Amino acid sequence: MPETAPARPFFEVKDLRITFHGRDRVTEAVQGATFRFAEGETVAIVGESGSGKSVTAMALTQLLPPHVTKVSGEVNYQGKNLLTLPAREIRKYRGKEIAYIFQEPGTSLNPVFTVGSQIAEVIKIHLPGEKDPKARAIRFMDLVGIKDPAKRYGSYPHELSGGMNQRIMIAMALACEPRILVADEPTTALDVTIQKQIIDLLADLKKRLGMSVILITHNFGIVKGFADQVVVMFRGKIVEQGRTEDILANPKHPYTKALIGCIPRLGQKVDRLPTIDHDQLALAESQAKG
Amino acid sequence: MPALLQVRDLLVHYPLSSGFLRRRTGVVKAVDGVSFEVPAGKTVGLVGESGSGKTTIGRAIVKLAPITGGSISFKGEEIANLTRDEFRPWRKKIQMIFQDPYNSLNPRLTIFGILAEPLEIHFPEMSREARRRKCAELLTDVGLPSGHLDRYPHEFSGGQRQRIGIARALAVEPELIICDEPVSALDVSVQAAIVNLLRDLQKRHGFAYLFIAHDLAVVEHISDHVLVMNHGKIVEQNSSEEIYLHPQHDYTRRLLDAVPKL
Repeated sequence: MPETAPARPFFEVKDLRITFHGRDRVTEAVQGATFRFAEGETVAIVGESGSGKSVTAMALTQLLPPHVTKVSGEVNYQGKNLLTLPAREIRKYRGKEIAYIFQEPGTSLNPVFTVGSQIAEVIKIHLPGEKDPKARAIRFMDLVGIKDPAKRYGSYPHELSGGMNQRIMIAMALACEPRILVADEPTTALDVTIQKQIIDLLADLKKRLGMSVILITHNFGIVKGFADQVVVMFRGKIVEQGRTEDILANPKHPYTKALIGCIPRLGQKVDRLPTIDHDQLALAESQAKG
Repeated sequence: MPALLQVRDLLVHYPLSSGFLRRRTGVVKAVDGVSFEVPAGKTVGLVGESGSGKTTIGRAIVKLAPITGGSISFKGEEIANLTRDEFRPWRKKIQMIFQDPYNSLNPRLTIFGILAEPLEIHFPEMSREARRRKCAELLTDVGLPSGHLDRYPHEFSGGQRQRIGIARALAVEPELIICDEPVSALDVSVQAAIVNLLRDLQKRHGFAYLFIAHDLAVVEHISDHVLVMNHGKIVEQNSSEEIYLHPQHDYTRRLLDAVPKL
């Protein structure tokens, strides 16, 4: 029950700030992001390329390269601030407590190992007590809807389709039963039909395993019916957040309205699709700031 | 009057070979008897999943894929059996826009270099100043500042690069542009802007599009007529309104179902 705001939220990001230090300039990629969610809840972070949504996701478990990024603020989980944990400590969270799936299954998998052995590898690292990592890998391949998983265990990534490889990535992320799954544009490179299958699969798994999902996307189309909460990011700032049905029914910020409006709807032909006027929005933002 | 482009019973079969002697062991029927027309100045959408053969059709028309059989006629003239050299004059009339704006522009050429290349080939008599003027116009045409001619592709975002790809297609004043998944690698917001641009350009210049994509919502939005493709065959074709209102084929219904409802 997020409305009652328990004393200690399940997961909380507080005033997260991320800056990139390039050779001759400093970029403020995220400028103070705050959000929280309860166990089992799904949060969608929606924004365009460059809005800071992906780096926010990566910062949660210190995945950003430390020598060029500065991260401040808090990521509170299980009574600890994940941002300040030493490398040895954070590794225990990464993959096991908080697992990731990324956009391109093709490039995220190692081409020279079988897909099954790559899942088993993750299990060996995070669950050293597991006696039969192969059986566990096959069980999770089955769970994500791969037919004949025992046979597919020995397939190489190039022998499977993009949608199948994404299922492998999901199986790999889920094999250690994380409590939080971070899905960074998990369907963007896939056909719409496969996209629907993957989102339906994630929704089903989330329910069955009781885990939370942080979905990173540019597409409001996949948020409805999947996410409980929406966080809208624009140029490194959260411009709007709330319950998904409220935001979709009644978006307040012009950027949110534009993001929802720009998706073509079946059977509702318009002469021009609404687009996002970045200069106008930036102007509005700077005026709002005063 | 015949349609601008007429495709009849097009076949693109790839031999499958295996073993040490690379013996023929079968064929993949990428395109298996496809017929359709693209009228001048109109947009025909070609929708289907990965592997349906939709991209191969586009590539076969411009000789980027080998044709096994059937006929392709452009303005009433048969072009299916031309050699690459014989096809050159047609290349000017039929242009292509590709999916990936990151890999379809030569990173070592400036924008001027990229846009001038087709002009040098198809309008060799044009002076350098005239080419530069023309390239600047092209940039303005696709909504980019004309002063960006001397920049390199890496200085542009994905949406801007796709605009450059469109400008390159426009350079030779084509009559048909084949758009192969032109927006599927872009953010939805940028996608909307590119779709609007394509429609504006069509109104201004009057060319026809063969618009290839997997997303039926985008295809339905931009097209006058829609072809639905599955396993190398067109399973249904109709006006975009009819495809949406009265889909006849199960596969079309599946594609419609997959579109997220907002």
